Amino acid sequence: MTEKILRQKKQEQTPQARSRNFEEVSLGYAPERARLEAGRCLQCKNPLCVSGCPVNVKIPQFIRKIKEGDFCGAYAVIREDNYLPAVCGRVCPQETQCEGRCILGRKNEPVAVGDLERFAADWAAANAAAGKRQLASQRAARAQPAAKIAVVGSGPSGLTCAAELNTAGFDVTVFEALHEPGGVLVYGIPEFRLPKNIVRREIDALAAAGVKFELNAVIGKLFTVDELLSGKGFAALYIASGAGFPLFMDIPGEDLNGVYSANEYLTRINLMKACADADTPVLRGRRAAVVGGGNVALDAARSALRLGAEKVYLLYRRSRAEMPARCEEARHAEEEGVEFLFLHNPVKYLGDARGFVQKALVQKMELGAPDTSGRRRPLPVAGSEYELAVDAVIVAVGTQANPLIKDSAPDLETGRSGYIIIDENGKTSKNRVYAGGDITSGAATVILAMGAGKKAARAIGGIL
Amino acid sequence: MALIKFIQQLSPAVYRLTVAAPEIARKHRPGQFIMLRIDGNGERIPLTVADKNPEAGAIDLIVQTVGKTTYQLCRLKAGDNIKDIAGPLGRPTAIEKLGAVAVIGGGIGIAPLYPIAVGFQKAGNDVISILGARGRDLLILTEKFAAFSSELILTTDDGSAGAQGFVTNALQKLLDAGRDIKKVIAIGPLIMMKAVAELTRPRGIPTVVSLNSLMIDGTGMCGCCRTTIGGRVQFACVHGPEFDGHLVDFDALLRRANTYKDIEQKRLAKYLG
Repeated sequence: MTEKILRQKKQEQTPQARSRNFEEVSLGYAPERARLEAGRCLQCKNPLCVSGCPVNVKIPQFIRKIKEGDFCGAYAVIREDNYLPAVCGRVCPQETQCEGRCILGRKNEPVAVGDLERFAADWAAANAAAGKRQLASQRAARAQPAAKIAVVGSGPSGLTCAAELNTAGFDVTVFEALHEPGGVLVYGIPEFRLPKNIVRREIDALAAAGVKFELNAVIGKLFTVDELLSGKGFAALYIASGAGFPLFMDIPGEDLNGVYSANEYLTRINLMKACADADTPVLRGRRAAVVGGGNVALDAARSALRLGAEKVYLLYRRSRAEMPARCEEARHAEEEGVEFLFLHNPVKYLGDARGFVQKALVQKMELGAPDTSGRRRPLPVAGSEYELAVDAVIVAVGTQANPLIKDSAPDLETGRSGYIIIDENGKTSKNRVYAGGDITSGAATVILAMGAGKKAARAIGGIL
Repeated sequence: MALIKFIQQLSPAVYRLTVAAPEIARKHRPGQFIMLRIDGNGERIPLTVADKNPEAGAIDLIVQTVGKTTYQLCRLKAGDNIKDIAGPLGRPTAIEKLGAVAVIGGGIGIAPLYPIAVGFQKAGNDVISILGARGRDLLILTEKFAAFSSELILTTDDGSAGAQGFVTNALQKLLDAGRDIKKVIAIGPLIMMKAVAELTRPRGIPTVVSLNSLMIDGTGMCGCCRTTIGGRVQFACVHGPEFDGHLVDFDALLRRANTYKDIEQKRLAKYLG
């Protein structure tokens, strides 16, 4: 019997070092380690991992290429199904997708599919002029003249749709409301989890391949959907504007100074570079409380540490088992010193005379019967309230649909929460208008948004 | 990139910038604002559009030097570029024919009031304009308002122009004289808008105020500009910037406006050297 090889750990910055800097936490695999890890893959005939992937990356095939040392080939295999492997390798919840279905995981640890995906993508970017750039420039001969397609939003869904349509030979313009393309990849996910140069690299490659980007273009305001379709001459539209409209809990004191939505806090730090002392300020709390249990909550908590907080609490109203965050992020946050207060919920914030938050009144919770999400419903424990001294609060309890596009297109059908209604091909109630990603599903993952972009691109290609 | 076509100093602390922004000029309606960022290190700030010229593809911004960004902006020259400009944002003013409408502007708030006041006049209203400022240097656009107002009343805190006192003194006089004012639109410092709203509340005169809240994206993404209106959380950027003055919690807004005051003062001192 051959000696059993354990799941290879990738290198990481130490918790002590990384909790005070914004550089990437994970350093990834060196080539030898990647090949060792790739060797663990059983190369299943009916690979369950592939069915666990929302875009069905041919996982055993790319892993085999890594094992063989053909890293560029591995990257090419991934790129057939996934436009942003360097991003997905870093931010996908692999434990509930590919890795969650890996046969090895039944008795031991699953193959590190995400880390291998990241390795292949980073290797290709660093070493393979032949690999990457060739792929980026591949495009079918354009019909003359090529039909113009508008993509609204430059997050993962919009980028994927744009890439697919561009490759298929269409003339694609991406409209972005902010001054920087990338959507949640640049304003939301912090540098220490997803370095911005990686996002930049993908966008530059798209631009080099012919996709046009119009920044500072707020669709619904600068142009309506109808104006894009008629006056601007776009044959079809893909709306991927995201769900970035922050929810608050509607509890007393939420308007105190120092209480932020996670979107605002992260945008100040990431997009506006408050962490690098650009002109946009952010209050550097000494004792911060973050409310929520998802990836965004963890991103905010870990950012607060990096801005110099001595104490960061994560208040989550359910228990660890129900946390929607990626396992790795929760582990990283704990190692770095974020204090998890499970079964805790804020009920009120108290401020000083100048209106700055000073305390959070928190309540303990217990779990009752399962609710509509299938998770056990948190119920308040009577008389359990106590005060927590804090000077910054970051509310990360979710987002809802941004109303700007809908307000300017009354005939675009939306559901009860304002999300755009689509059919199985991503088509909306409006002719030639498609939509996908968080603006149709509510806040979800990068990879699901990308899957929707790909599907809609094929449907749009089909009608034109 | 947006080219500065023209820059003019209106008073020691107030400048008018004419900026090339053809699509925004075409699309802008009274009451809407834009976001701009001067350079790659800059912050995004909301500014109301004081005037537009769709034929020339330009908009006018009137800016008072208050913090680092506004100082930096006012020091730019014709021919310089502003890195990013986005808009038009916010909901336009609801302009309708009502009869007599009082428009009240305080300080730099006179600038965004101008297109709104013109809109009401064009819709067939008698526009009574009350413009106030600390002193005559800050009292801007008076000639432009004189051109269309059925009545123009000026006030300054120090009496250096018009009547000495506040805009509310002038409004009080009109109301005491029994003038039938159907609507009041007030734009200026929070404390001024609060005082106007308190004056019109007992008389039940519909009063619209425009909030110049702190913002980052200006499109509803961050929630920085949130405010409670009649018990509901509203975002000034998307649901506003205009709200029913009788439902606005001005005290909460006054507190929030001070969030970064200390940091901003230090930044400005450093910038000005």
